[in-house]
Amino acid sequence: MWPRTEAAAPTPTRPPPADTFNHATIGPRTMSRTISIEPVTRIEGHARITLQLADTGEVEDAKFHLTQFRGFEKFCEGRPYREMPALTARTCGICPVSHLLASNKACDDLLAVTIPPTAEKLRRIMNLAQLLQSHALSFFHLSSPDLLLGWDSDPKDRNIFGVMRAEPELAKSGIRLRQIGQTIIESLGGKKIHPTWVVPGGVNEPLTVAKRDAMLAMLPEALTIAKDTYAFYKTLVPKFLDEASHFGTMKTMFLSLVSPDGHLEHYDGYLRLKDATGRILEDKVPPRDYTRIIGEAVEDFSYMKFPYYKPLGYPKGIYRVGPLARLNNADACGTPYADVALAEFHTLQEDAGPIASSFHYHYARLVEIIYAIESMQRLLKDPEILDTRVRARARGNKSEGIGVSEAPRGTLMHHYKIDDEGLITWVDLIIATGHNNLAMNRSIKQVADAYVDGTDVKEGMLNRVEAVIRCYDPCLSCASHAFGQMPMVIDIRNAAGDVVRRIARG
Amino acid sequence: MPIRAVQPNVRVVTLNIDGQDLSAREDETIIEVCRENKIPVPSLCWLEGLSVVGACRLCVVEVDGGPRLQAACSTRVREGMRVQTNTDKLQRYRRTLVELLFAERNHVCSVCVSNGHCELQWLAQRCGVDHVRMPYRNASYSVDSSHEMFRVDHNRCVLCTRCVRVCDEIEGAHTWDMMGRGSGCQVVTDLAKPWGDSESCTSCGKCVQVCPTGALVKQGTSVGEMVKDQQFLSILARRRSHR
Repeated sequence: MWPRTEAAAPTPTRPPPADTFNHATIGPRTMSRTISIEPVTRIEGHARITLQLADTGEVEDAKFHLTQFRGFEKFCEGRPYREMPALTARTCGICPVSHLLASNKACDDLLAVTIPPTAEKLRRIMNLAQLLQSHALSFFHLSSPDLLLGWDSDPKDRNIFGVMRAEPELAKSGIRLRQIGQTIIESLGGKKIHPTWVVPGGVNEPLTVAKRDAMLAMLPEALTIAKDTYAFYKTLVPKFLDEASHFGTMKTMFLSLVSPDGHLEHYDGYLRLKDATGRILEDKVPPRDYTRIIGEAVEDFSYMKFPYYKPLGYPKGIYRVGPLARLNNADACGTPYADVALAEFHTLQEDAGPIASSFHYHYARLVEIIYAIESMQRLLKDPEILDTRVRARARGNKSEGIGVSEAPRGTLMHHYKIDDEGLITWVDLIIATGHNNLAMNRSIKQVADAYVDGTDVKEGMLNRVEAVIRCYDPCLSCASHAFGQMPMVIDIRNAAGDVVRRIARG
Repeated sequence: MPIRAVQPNVRVVTLNIDGQDLSAREDETIIEVCRENKIPVPSLCWLEGLSVVGACRLCVVEVDGGPRLQAACSTRVREGMRVQTNTDKLQRYRRTLVELLFAERNHVCSVCVSNGHCELQWLAQRCGVDHVRMPYRNASYSVDSSHEMFRVDHNRCVLCTRCVRVCDEIEGAHTWDMMGRGSGCQVVTDLAKPWGDSESCTSCGKCVQVCPTGALVKQGTSVGEMVKDQQFLSILARRRSHR
């Protein structure tokens, strides 16, 4: 797959590496060892993890760094607001539809229009197709190698190609599921990546009968794959009880959109915040009031911001977003198979509160895949979906617009201000991965505590540290709105702060 | 004025373009003869119906094997002329010219309202510009969105002056003109007033339709939605020439 090269030791005085893993080089067993592995794979974007070791070799601290900067919030200033959907969609190639929708919703708010109901339904379908393809990518391509082949398996095979050899049918299903999601996006928007079909005020072309029928024809196959995969994954869950109790199992709040009647929601609705015991702290919060509950902190070790729940302050106001949070917050999914799966999801832990382990993001993703397919079927069968009135036309009528939607990775917020001529004067983007920043930092600490032995670091231990990050399916280029080719790097430092081991891929 | 009345006593000359023997009226330019005979010669500032400025140099051709390249838009045909329109040297020059245009200002196609309907984009594709070999200047230019119906984004302007000429020669308003020199050169409305404050602008929109890029666009268009009318000017010019 990726070329693997040995990273240079941080200081030239260090002795040359002594032991060798199949893709890692470890120095002598002293506190000043430097070990490098390249490249880091199976995350979206680039990052660094630092594990700080105490003299005893135990993990003292763990930090998740984004070492890149892109500045979308700054360089969008001065541009016409109608360019914002296309501009901000370029933050990401995996989930551009999410940015496209949140941005267009913010622009709808600037226009001060209610978009035609058919346009809203069409946008919902595109969002669900995006959810389907992104979750399929996360589960099958990125995470299934760990789950199927084992944390300690040979890293050379621990990838989608290894899965293809070990479980060819499952790998094929995953690729097909993602293809169906991407094909629906292409049918609607003309392009799989960065479509421009969604515009401020609605969409720029109504749906044709032929396209609708073609999309509907693909969905039964998708539902079969999703249900089979879900059934298969349920058999795997008991094998990972240890991981489930150490992979980001913590008491945090959960934030997501829910529909006005409290159901699972990905496009519109209200913000709901539940605490770790299941008590609803905030409900029916209109997205435009997000600033009342969400604050953003900045740390000097990362370019990713740290959102927190304002009333509890930073860092006590830690919360999680994404599939786990959405299922924890929703009273029901509203579609038959997904509701059954949701009920089973709630049995994953013994107490009745929200599911606390981030390991179960994988489970939640599979439930959401079923929900997305069922919802798309329902929307496409609605006769109103073919209505030709799909766009409301207006000019910038308000000076401030807020758009909130649920991206595959969690709640996505776009907030713009414009001048009288419609040029952007201020932008704030709060990205799903950003919301999870605090939780990810805590999770890697928990995993490192449980699995990493600083006196004898093994590859499989570090793979678990990476794997807990994969649970969140972070999109790091979105989160930092970042640029460049900064690879994901794991640094292990000794008590003196020297890097004793570095794993870098990218 | 660019529109010539048909003169009955004009002479006809014969010439050779890319190996084809052709005849043309002696008051025609090389590019007009090429267009009539469907010989592709790229152009940017030249537009049928407007006066000739010969500014972009994209239509350069080789004449009689001489070393000096000549702009096809501003060179009249002559008896016995031999013209080459597509040699390796010309392809190299044209590609470099288009790359320089891309490097000079901020032509980010993917977020442009003219994406997919842009003459500069078509030219880049025709000239084989798969990447730009010189460093981008990344200079920031302003966007004037003060007009009720239209917007000018100087980041996307190639200074072809089509807007200046159509406003003066066809509409007769002369709202547009040029200001500054070198990289600071830009088109202005009414002595550099905001477009929305212009007293001479009739809001006819001809400048927007002739603009080859996304520099002059209609308000309310989203990415890829600004499709310009490629035909209106030649139709208008033909109708007026018969009066």
